[in-house]
Amino acid sequence: MTENRATPASGSIMVVGGGISGLTTALEAAEVGYEVFVVEKNPYLGGRVAQLNQYFPKLCPPTCGLEINFRRIKDNPKIKYFTLAEVENVSGGPGAYEVTVRLNPRYVNENCTCCGDCADACQAEIPNEFNFGMDRSKGAYLPFEMAFPSRYVLSPQIIGTEDAKRCQEACKYAAVDLEMTSKTLTLSVGAIVWATGWEPYDAAKIDNLGYGRYANIITNMMLERLASPNGPTKGKILRPSDDAEPKSVAFVQCAGSRDENHLPYCSYICCMASLKHATYIRERYPDAKIFIFYIDLRAPGYRYEKFYKKIKEDKNVFFIKGKVAEVQQAADNHQITVVAENAVTGEKIRQTVDLVVLATGMQPTAAINRPPVSDLCYTEDGFIVNDFEKGGMFGAGCANKPADVVSSNQNATGMALKAIQTLVKR
Amino acid sequence: MDKKYGVYICTGCGIGDALDIKGISDVAQDEGLAAQTHPFLCGQEGIELLKKDIAEKGVNCLVLAACSRRVNYDVFKFAGCIVDRVNIREGVVWSHPRSEFPALTDEQKQAGTAFDRVQMMAEDYLRMGMARIKKVNLPEPYKQESFTKKILVLGGGVTGMTAALDAAKAGYEVTIVEKTAALGGNSAKWRKQLPLNPPYDTLRPSVVAEKIKAVTAEAKITVKTATEVARIAGEPGNFTVTFKKPGEKIEFDVPYPLPPEMRVDESGKDLNAEQLHEKFLEYNEGRKDILTIDPTGEQFGAVILAAGWRPYAPAEGEFAHLGFGQFPDVVTNYQFEEIAAKGKIVRPSDGKEAKSVVFIQSPGQEDDSDFPYAGSVTSMVALKQAKYVSEDYADGKAYIFYQHMRTPGLSENFYKSMQQEPGIFMTKGEVVGVSKNGAGLKVDAADTLLGEQIQVKADMVVLATGMVPVTVDNPVVNLAYRQGPGFRDNALFDGYADSNFICFPYETQRTGIYAAGGIRRSMTIDESVEDATGAALKAIQCLESVNRGVAVHPRSGDMTFPDFFFQRCTQCKRCTDECPFGAIDDDAKGTPKPNPARCRRCGTCMGACPERIINFADYSIDSIGSMVKAVQVPSEDDYDEPPMRILGLVCENDAYPALDVIGLNKLSYSADVRLIPVRCLGSVNVIWIKDALSQGMDGVFLLGCKHGDDYQCHFVKGSELAGIRMKKIGEALTSLALEVERVAQFEVAIDEYDKIPKIINDFVEMIEGIGPNPFKGF
Repeated sequence: MTENRATPASGSIMVVGGGISGLTTALEAAEVGYEVFVVEKNPYLGGRVAQLNQYFPKLCPPTCGLEINFRRIKDNPKIKYFTLAEVENVSGGPGAYEVTVRLNPRYVNENCTCCGDCADACQAEIPNEFNFGMDRSKGAYLPFEMAFPSRYVLSPQIIGTEDAKRCQEACKYAAVDLEMTSKTLTLSVGAIVWATGWEPYDAAKIDNLGYGRYANIITNMMLERLASPNGPTKGKILRPSDDAEPKSVAFVQCAGSRDENHLPYCSYICCMASLKHATYIRERYPDAKIFIFYIDLRAPGYRYEKFYKKIKEDKNVFFIKGKVAEVQQAADNHQITVVAENAVTGEKIRQTVDLVVLATGMQPTAAINRPPVSDLCYTEDGFIVNDFEKGGMFGAGCANKPADVVSSNQNATGMALKAIQTLVKR
Repeated sequence: MDKKYGVYICTGCGIGDALDIKGISDVAQDEGLAAQTHPFLCGQEGIELLKKDIAEKGVNCLVLAACSRRVNYDVFKFAGCIVDRVNIREGVVWSHPRSEFPALTDEQKQAGTAFDRVQMMAEDYLRMGMARIKKVNLPEPYKQESFTKKILVLGGGVTGMTAALDAAKAGYEVTIVEKTAALGGNSAKWRKQLPLNPPYDTLRPSVVAEKIKAVTAEAKITVKTATEVARIAGEPGNFTVTFKKPGEKIEFDVPYPLPPEMRVDESGKDLNAEQLHEKFLEYNEGRKDILTIDPTGEQFGAVILAAGWRPYAPAEGEFAHLGFGQFPDVVTNYQFEEIAAKGKIVRPSDGKEAKSVVFIQSPGQEDDSDFPYAGSVTSMVALKQAKYVSEDYADGKAYIFYQHMRTPGLSENFYKSMQQEPGIFMTKGEVVGVSKNGAGLKVDAADTLLGEQIQVKADMVVLATGMVPVTVDNPVVNLAYRQGPGFRDNALFDGYADSNFICFPYETQRTGIYAAGGIRRSMTIDESVEDATGAALKAIQCLESVNRGVAVHPRSGDMTFPDFFFQRCTQCKRCTDECPFGAIDDDAKGTPKPNPARCRRCGTCMGACPERIINFADYSIDSIGSMVKAVQVPSEDDYDEPPMRILGLVCENDAYPALDVIGLNKLSYSADVRLIPVRCLGSVNVIWIKDALSQGMDGVFLLGCKHGDDYQCHFVKGSELAGIRMKKIGEALTSLALEVERVAQFEVAIDEYDKIPKIINDFVEMIEGIGPNPFKGF
């Protein structure tokens, strides 16, 4: 033994947000040896990536990495996580924060064995938010098969109804607790990492692109759910108006992004996402025509360039440099005509397709729901600007800037160290 | 440990309704153990029952026949006890509903000629769990005799300095090794740096000077300039590093493996082992073997590889169509930056002011790709350098011809502000030629946004060439590892020292060594800075894990490590060759030298070993072998038409969770299979397959992760190596007059639970077609 083997600091770290960035920060810090609290507003961990079918460019399922991360949590007593939880108040300063966390009721306690009897008993159905409302789930539900923790939830919408009672009666393990109310708890931590993630930009705000008006215009995140084996269509990509198999699909890039009226910045992932979506379509429909309307194709890095090159080899994928100006719906068959100007040739393009996918961008959650703290800095668009000199609180992942999963995890790993440094200083 | 066993059967979640619990209890009774049942074992009362037995009866080995080990992991954890989770919920009852697999009627039971497949399955799983728990032990952590927390950083550029500063701020001692005479790296040569914060319209002074100042002032950081690493020997927590002057030849220079052309004789025939060794010694003459530890070497615990990149050097004539190599005023962006850093931008040919500069982002020729190794960095560099032109000359003009302006994320803001800049003109377009125009140049472009054909007069032309990771030229880390001095498989990543894992960007195949910055991907300074902090965290985490005697990712916290029974080693070198992490070295005779702190605990060595001398405390040839042997194989002596018995060895990381989801979704698959989770398919030893077949099982399949360039195997090579072993086993089967089809390997991703039932059922059906194993009943 050549030197003192203790870690150089002690104290706890709070990570707000249990998506891929938050999980990364939490696990990386906990595996150094620090106590970490994860506060997640959903009833499950995994966040936005849990809704994705596959990652680009490997086309591998996000649950693969999530499963490893969940196992790391299971094996590590240093991590404590709270689901259905929100930060209500933060006081103190770097090295010594007091955080009040509100725990919203799940109406299901730790007795839950995940047997599913409550869902079988429940008659009411609620819109399934996990699938962007494209289907309905029971009022008692497991958010998705690999949800962690694997425990059912009762929707507040059925509380006080007969259905809630049915759930309670069906449970053999006294796991349904209808008296559950929201509670608060106070935690002392030395550093807080805000990994609050992003929301898909509300496509209904983009007037000229017809979302919400025409059934066959969907968003890229909806397409992820349609393509997922556990999605509303069990992985079939179908036209919403009539459940027909689309023979042609148009992707509208920069739907809301790089647009002063919506999101002025580039959302980083949408070009790669649409290229990936082209593979989803191709896997299911070998002859479908795919049209990608773009301003610039951004495939940052050698790996993404390679992926883009591969997609370009597909003779039925057409890349058109031009921003989509408007969309029209045919009265008879619900086909959509996309109107754009080819930026190079100047000619007006009218392309009629069965399905239109809007490559909507990412808006930081903090732009919509500001963390309840006064000393965080934001860009005009709501991204957290980190001040490492001051320390104590940091934005990680897409709370800090639009990014892909790889960059978010790189960033989130670094933020674990920044948080640890705050503890060391004390 | 003196083992005292307890068997507990949960009857909740439909288990009691579907199965004959007494029948299962009898399995324990056969072993002289009275099984206890409980309707809600994971509930408070159930847990109390277990705790009471632990406290009062001294039970320390608990076999729990209940749900999958992936759930209730927390309530069924008892200090000092070994717990085996027999998965009869997801694995039996939920995935084999009685609607499809009816229970026996009373008449059938009395007749005794029929059998209940699902009941047999549950009983077998309990037998297997009981067999396993006898063979496993609680692990003891691996503690090194000598250990240090010092971190070594290779590279004194922005990335290396940032990593060092961040590690130092967290309390760790760091040494930076820089090959050149001074800290700073490439970006010390820059005039300015990209803006990071709003309003994104002003270039910043480079952070390099600030970083150098901070590094110099930091007491925990030691800097060695004009130094490189001759070799890094040992393992995380205890690396011995030999430094040298660049270019110097010393005896502790690491030996390099023979290049392929030296592994054959003059006629192209492969050399034998002895000849290879001789050649190897000859090739590395004057260099000490990797196992010789430098007595004057310095000890480090972890390494950060931040050796960066070099500017792309175009081959002669490579960009001739753009005038490069022909006209001195056609330069690369790197050369342009050097000119800009010296002062106002002037033409190399005659030193005159360069007021009109054309920036070419893509070499064109009907391809919309950027220059090699560009990443998206070169778009931003062009914007920055265009800004230099307008800064230097009020009447300066910069033209950028691009195929795609690659300014992803917030860097779009910089692009936007440069669009407002008078004197900067940008258009999509393909540059088709650069030619002489008096003392200057003229550039022809096609398909631009400004017209089909345009021509621009220029004083200079700048090519947006890329950043080549230094790992393309040199392994840099010079590891004294038997598998070789560098990271493996960099070719998959175009020469970058990158991770294959999207979720785990810092993973490398060399434990304790983490890459950051331009060596991993082309990155801007700000991206490199961010990346450096992450790599510093990983280095620290590895140190602290080694300190606790546990594994790092992906089996973080695992205390077991491979234990070798050397007396029976035949020095076949397979473990050394196959370890995905290069954790094993061997001596001249071929006797393996394990380095437990390099090990990730996948068990690939255990799977590779033909003598079966490599085992883990809780995972061994015997523990899995005993489970295989515990399966009852009914023969014609038992039933007129006995059911098939098929063994499935499934990857616990992806396939096993998918099987749980099958249960959760109440999908179903054949009840004639018996599944055993394994750490990785790489850990599957063929003896298990032989055992299964020789006891009369009719087929064996492996279910694991995808391999190939986009491999999903968490241990990099496991499923690929298993595939190779399965191909070889075919010969052994033929010699036993068994059909090769009886052994198969299937690839699945974790979300393909909808496909697995068909894979399993098709395999079972195929085996039924072949017929029973002729060894059955012997």
